[in-house]
Amino acid sequence: MYAYDELDRTLINERVSEFRDQVKRRLSGELTEDEFKILRLQNGVYLQLHAYMFRVAIPYGTLSSKQLRRLAHVARRYDRGYGHFTTRQNIQFNWIKLAELPDALADLAEVGIHAMQTSGNNMRNVTSDQWAGVAPGEIEDPRIWSELIRQHTTLHPEFSFLPRKFKIAITAAEHDRAAIKIHDIGLRLHKNADGETGFEVLVGGGLGRTPFIAKTIKPFVSGRDILSYIEAILRVYNQYGRRDNIYKARIKILVHELGIEKFAKEVEEEWKAMGDVGLTLDHAAIEEVRSRFSYPAYEKLPHMPDELKQAAHDPLFERWRKNSVSAHKVQGYSIVTLSLKPVGGPPGDATAEQMDAVADLADKYSFGEIRVGHEQNLALPHVAKRDLPQLFKALDRLGLATPNVNLVTDIIACPGLDYCSLANARSIPIAQELTRRFANHDTADLIGRLHINISGCINACGHHHVGHIGILGVEKNGEEFYQITIGGRADENAQLGTLIGPAVPYAEVADVIEDIVEAYLALRDRPEELFVDTVKRLGVEPIRERVYATR
Amino acid sequence: MTSPLEQKKIRITGPSMVTANRTWDGAVVYRTARQGWSTELADSAIVTTSDEARALLAEATADDVGAVGPYIAPVELKDGGKVKPGNLREHIRAKGVTIDLQVPA
Ligand code: HEM
Ligand code: SF4
Repeated sequence: MYAYDELDRTLINERVSEFRDQVKRRLSGELTEDEFKILRLQNGVYLQLHAYMFRVAIPYGTLSSKQLRRLAHVARRYDRGYGHFTTRQNIQFNWIKLAELPDALADLAEVGIHAMQTSGNNMRNVTSDQWAGVAPGEIEDPRIWSELIRQHTTLHPEFSFLPRKFKIAITAAEHDRAAIKIHDIGLRLHKNADGETGFEVLVGGGLGRTPFIAKTIKPFVSGRDILSYIEAILRVYNQYGRRDNIYKARIKILVHELGIEKFAKEVEEEWKAMGDVGLTLDHAAIEEVRSRFSYPAYEKLPHMPDELKQAAHDPLFERWRKNSVSAHKVQGYSIVTLSLKPVGGPPGDATAEQMDAVADLADKYSFGEIRVGHEQNLALPHVAKRDLPQLFKALDRLGLATPNVNLVTDIIACPGLDYCSLANARSIPIAQELTRRFANHDTADLIGRLHINISGCINACGHHHVGHIGILGVEKNGEEFYQITIGGRADENAQLGTLIGPAVPYAEVADVIEDIVEAYLALRDRPEELFVDTVKRLGVEPIRERVYATR
Repeated sequence: MTSPLEQKKIRITGPSMVTANRTWDGAVVYRTARQGWSTELADSAIVTTSDEARALLAEATADDVGAVGPYIAPVELKDGGKVKPGNLREHIRAKGVTIDLQVPA
C-alpha cells in the first residue's frame, strides 16, 4: 500500500477545482470544444461513440479496498453500474456525463485517485508488475522506482508537452508481467556483479500502426542515476521531436530511423554532457519513498495448512487453485488472481457489486489490498493459504473464480466498435463468442497457456501484435473483417505475431481460431509444448496449411 | 468503417444525416430540420445531395455549445419513411452496444 503525501493531495484537489471551472466554462459556451479538448484529455476524459469515457489511473496497479469501493461508487452513481479494467492499469467508465465529471473526480480525489497522466502527449502513468512486492524472487519492489519516476515526471513541464505520449514500464521479476518490451522505455531491475541494484534500460517499444519490440540501450544503469538517464533519453527524443516533423512521433520511430546503436550513443553523450543536473537520487530520497510503501504484518504460517489439504478433495477447488493461485514470497501466503473473463462476458468488465464485494474480500483475506494487472484481471496479493477454500467459495458466488487465467478464454480485448469512435470492427463480441467455444475447462486445460488478444483497429489497444493469437479488426467495403496473426508474445521473449492468411469476416473468426487451435493440438510434439513454442519450432506454414486448406 | 472523424471532402452517395454527441452528457444526437438536436434518429434532417449535406454540417458545427464533433453519416430510408442507421457504427450508436452485458447476480 502507498501513502500519498500532502503535496500530492493538494495537487489532486487543485486539479479537481480547476477542471470544475473548465467544465462550467465549456457548458456555458465560454470554451469551444477545440479549446476544451486538450483540457479534458488531461483529465482522462475521451469522447466515445455513445458518451464520454473517463479513464482513471491505478498507479502500479495497487488499490486499497477503500479506493475500490469508491470506484464502485462512481460506477453506480455516475455511470451504468460497471467499469472496465484496461491493459494499462487504468479503469474506464463508459457512460459518464460531462456535467457530472467534476463531482466524480472530487469523489475519487478524496481517496487519492485521479486521472492525471492517463491521456494526452505526456508521460503516462508508470506501470509495473501487478505482483510487485509479493512475487517470489523479485530483486526489490519495482513500485518504489515507479514512484520515484512518477514524482519526477508528473506535471514536469518538460514531460507534459512531449511530441507524443510516453509510456514507461518496470519489472523486477524474472518473468516479465509488465510487458516492458512494448513500452517507450522498459526498465528491468537487476543486480550487477557488485551486488548493486540498477536497471537494464530498453527503449523504442510500442504497438499501433508500426509495432516495435524495445531494444536494450544500456545493460546497467545504477538506481541512483536512473532519473538523469531517463532525462537524457527524453532530451535526445525531444531534440529530434523539435527539429523535424518526421520525428514528431513515438520514440520507437526515432529509434528505428536512427538505429539502436546511434540512439544509444547519443543518449550516452547527452548523459555525460549533462553533468550533475540535480537528479542523482541519494539514499535518503530512495528510502523516503520506500518507507511510504507499507507491507502487511504477515503471520508465521505453515506451508501446507490442514484447510488446504482437506479442500484438495474438491475437484472444483483444486482446478481453480492450480489455475488462479500463485506462489507468494512469504511462506503460507498466496497471490490469487480474480478472473474478469467469465464465459460469455466482456473481458475486463466488473460491476459495482463485484467491486464492492472484492473490496470486502480484500479486507477479510488480503490486508485490504487489491492489484490490477495488464491482462485485465484483478488479484488479491496477500491471501493466507488456510483461507483459500473460503475465498474460493465467495469468489465463485460472485462469478470471479473462472479457472481460466492465462488460458485460451483469458482474452485481452479493447472496447472496439461497441464503444470506440476509432474502431473498424467489434472486439468484445468476438471475445465473447470465443469464450463460449472454449467454455469447457478440460479442453482449455488441455490446450494450455494461450493468449488471444483482440483490437478493433490499428491503434492496438488490445495488444493484438503480441497475442499468441492476435486478432485485428479491419474494414472491407463497410464490413467487419479480421486479420489473424500467430506467434506473438509480450513477455521477456517479446515478439510480434505473423499474419496467417487473408482477413476473414466477422462470422468466421471463431471458426478460424478453433481450426488454429486444432492444428496446434495436432502438431505439438508433447502436451507441455505451448502454442507459441510450437509456432516457433514449426513456423507459421504448417498451421496456415491446415487452417486454410479447406477455406 | 473508416472513422467519420477523418471526414474531409464531403461527398455523399445516398440519404444522410448529421449526428454528434450532446455536450453536457455525451448522448448521441441527430441534427433536426429545425436547427436543433434530437436523441431520436427519426427526427433527423435527411439530406440527399452533397451541397445539402455540407450546409447541414456547417450549420450543425456552428452550434458548438449544443453538441460535439458533428459529422455526416448514412441512413437507410425504409418504406413508409422510416429512417434506419446506414451502417453498423451508426446502428450501434442508435441502438446501443451489441454486447449482452452480463451482470452476475
Ligand atoms: C475507447 C476508448 C479508447 C480510445 C479512443 C483509445 C485510443 C487510442 C489511440 C488513438 C491509441 C494510439 C495512440 C498512439 O499510438 O499514439 C491508443 C493506444 C493504446 N491504447 Fe487505447 N484507446 C481506448 C481504449 C483503450 C482501452 C480500453 C485500453 C486497454 C484495454 C487501451 C490501451 C491502449 C494501449 C495499451 C495503447 C498503446 C499501444 C501501443 O503500445 O502503441 N486503450 N489508444
Ligand atoms: S484498438 Fe482501436 S478500436 Fe480498440 S480501443 Fe483502441 S482505438 Fe478503439
